[in-house]
Amino acid sequence: MQEIRSYTMNFGPQHPAAHGVLRLVLEMEGEVVQRADPHVGLLHRGTEKLAESKPFNQSIGYMDRLDYVSMMCNEHAYVRAIETLMGLEVPERAQWIRTLFDEITRILNHLMWVGTNGLDLGAMAMFLYAFREREDLMDAYEAVSGARMHATYYRPGGVYRDLPDHMPLYKESPWRKGKDLKRMNAAREGSLLDFLDAYVAEFPKRIDEYETLLTDNRIWKQRTVGIGVISPEQAQAWGMSGPMLRGSGVAWDLRKKQPYAKYAEVDFDIPVGVNGDCYDRYLVRIEEMRESTRIIKQCIDWLRANPGPVMPKNFKVVPPSREEMKDDMEALIHHFKLFTEGYCVPAGEVYAAVEAPKGEFGAYLISDGANKPFRLKLRAPGFAHLSSMDSVVRGHMLSDVVAMIGTYDIVFGEIDR
Amino acid sequence: MVEQAITFTERLHARLAHRIVSLVEAHGEITIEVLPEHLLETARLLRDDADLRFTVAVDLCGVDYLGFGQVEWDTEDASAEGFSRGVEGQGPGRFDWDGRPRPRHVERRFAVVTHLLSVPHNRRLRLRMFCPDDGLPVAPSLTEIWPGLNWFEREAFDLFGIVFEGHPDLRRILTDYGFVGHPFRKDFPLIGNVEVRYDADKGRVIYEPVTSVEPRVLVPRVIRDDSRYRQARAEQGS
Repeated sequence: MQEIRSYTMNFGPQHPAAHGVLRLVLEMEGEVVQRADPHVGLLHRGTEKLAESKPFNQSIGYMDRLDYVSMMCNEHAYVRAIETLMGLEVPERAQWIRTLFDEITRILNHLMWVGTNGLDLGAMAMFLYAFREREDLMDAYEAVSGARMHATYYRPGGVYRDLPDHMPLYKESPWRKGKDLKRMNAAREGSLLDFLDAYVAEFPKRIDEYETLLTDNRIWKQRTVGIGVISPEQAQAWGMSGPMLRGSGVAWDLRKKQPYAKYAEVDFDIPVGVNGDCYDRYLVRIEEMRESTRIIKQCIDWLRANPGPVMPKNFKVVPPSREEMKDDMEALIHHFKLFTEGYCVPAGEVYAAVEAPKGEFGAYLISDGANKPFRLKLRAPGFAHLSSMDSVVRGHMLSDVVAMIGTYDIVFGEIDR
Repeated sequence: MVEQAITFTERLHARLAHRIVSLVEAHGEITIEVLPEHLLETARLLRDDADLRFTVAVDLCGVDYLGFGQVEWDTEDASAEGFSRGVEGQGPGRFDWDGRPRPRHVERRFAVVTHLLSVPHNRRLRLRMFCPDDGLPVAPSLTEIWPGLNWFEREAFDLFGIVFEGHPDLRRILTDYGFVGHPFRKDFPLIGNVEVRYDADKGRVIYEPVTSVEPRVLVPRVIRDDSRYRQARAEQGS
């Protein structure tokens, strides 16, 4: 009889399915996992300590780099913490813009997830389709902030500036010309809202396309159905949130339960799973993209009808306009003080959480009244999720570990901070 | 909503009684402070009591209160030499590893802050506990009540050096293998203690003291007196 010895295996940190820099030490008994010990921290940059050394506004850019697939949601948690401590009133239009971009971010994140998770489990085509649609949303990011990913668009009090009236057009080049150029620019002739309007009209059909590739795919189901089953009680004990919790059948969504921005005024549903396995979590995320499309549509309609300011008239926090700075000495001094020293936030502590695409992203801010945070703790959903790895994958096969890493939707920017 | 919150604090007082050292309500959030010896039973009550049911521990983090409220720039007064230049101070950006301050016996320096969430009742609660000894901060581990706190406690141990008694696997988590010190303490330099480079002669990666960055502070810490907040505080107090 053949003797099977147990052995230890290193999975990552350079494995393509490790989604970044996860080093997973697996104790195997043949093909079966006996113990999994994830080693994280290879991307630890000390964001929280760096934030303590800078005025409040200068850390907004760091938030983009935490979960670098859902940038604006991270910013949202951070600016909300500052706003709560200062008692800042956010103009209504800014809140609608935030709602709009939170949902764009959710679709960006879920597209990334469905693409890479498909890739992990052998569905190569998914990746190509998902990334095609991501490009358009990245263009929306670029149109408002100038950056495709790291936007730094949300500011305490509102957003950096109002939505642009023009979308940037593709220019003629040896690769894009004639009819192709015309087709690519067709949706970009109008404003950003027109562009997004065309996008949400088209996008549900695209989701149907993804579903034809995966939902009834035999291989996909073999790899995900019944894998990594998490009961609702377990999910709560492990501090799970977002699709991980909803996949187990708990209808918990901060957008509904503790609404922020304009989520109380838009109409949408919370999809929940039944079995709590990888397949249910896939269905939940796909359905969330459809719900996000609905929310985006409602935001577009409101934003079209209601122009208005996107920053409050609170000059302790809000810089003067460029125009004023050119001919007003006081405005120039004011600008200088705001961008060097910053503003002081009254002493106190606050925990502001948002429903980020991956789960509950929270910013716990302690201020002692200074112009820099005293302590900033960022609560990353992926950190809590990944910590359950050992107990979930015990007894699973090695290939299921890949499915599990995929379903956690981990991004090391936020886990290692 | 406000009425509900009041009855909830009353309920907390009734259920936890003497275990609450202090209860603060601000910005719609409730913070209770408990003593280390009461932490475990308080946590168990918070999770299991039918009226409380804090099923999810959302977050746990360490806090180092060294230098809380201290500023590097005096903006109120001018001396015979003129105004303060904002160049003095002991913040983490101003020293390197060898010149780090070594504070002794600071009262209420290390705290463990846990954020709880009740999914059935849709409520949040913040639980704070100060470690009695700042030389070797020790706290009871909450992992047997909320297993999800396992990594969060490892993180607090790694970054602040808070030892969690009863934790099944207290190892460093975020810092490098073989790291020395606890980087999020306020007496740990912002520039770090070691830097890493590839040594071509030795043919391997080596660790050496930081030389490539100087300690520096671009913007001094300052607390500006703001009459608006004073007014808000006075209104809250009355």
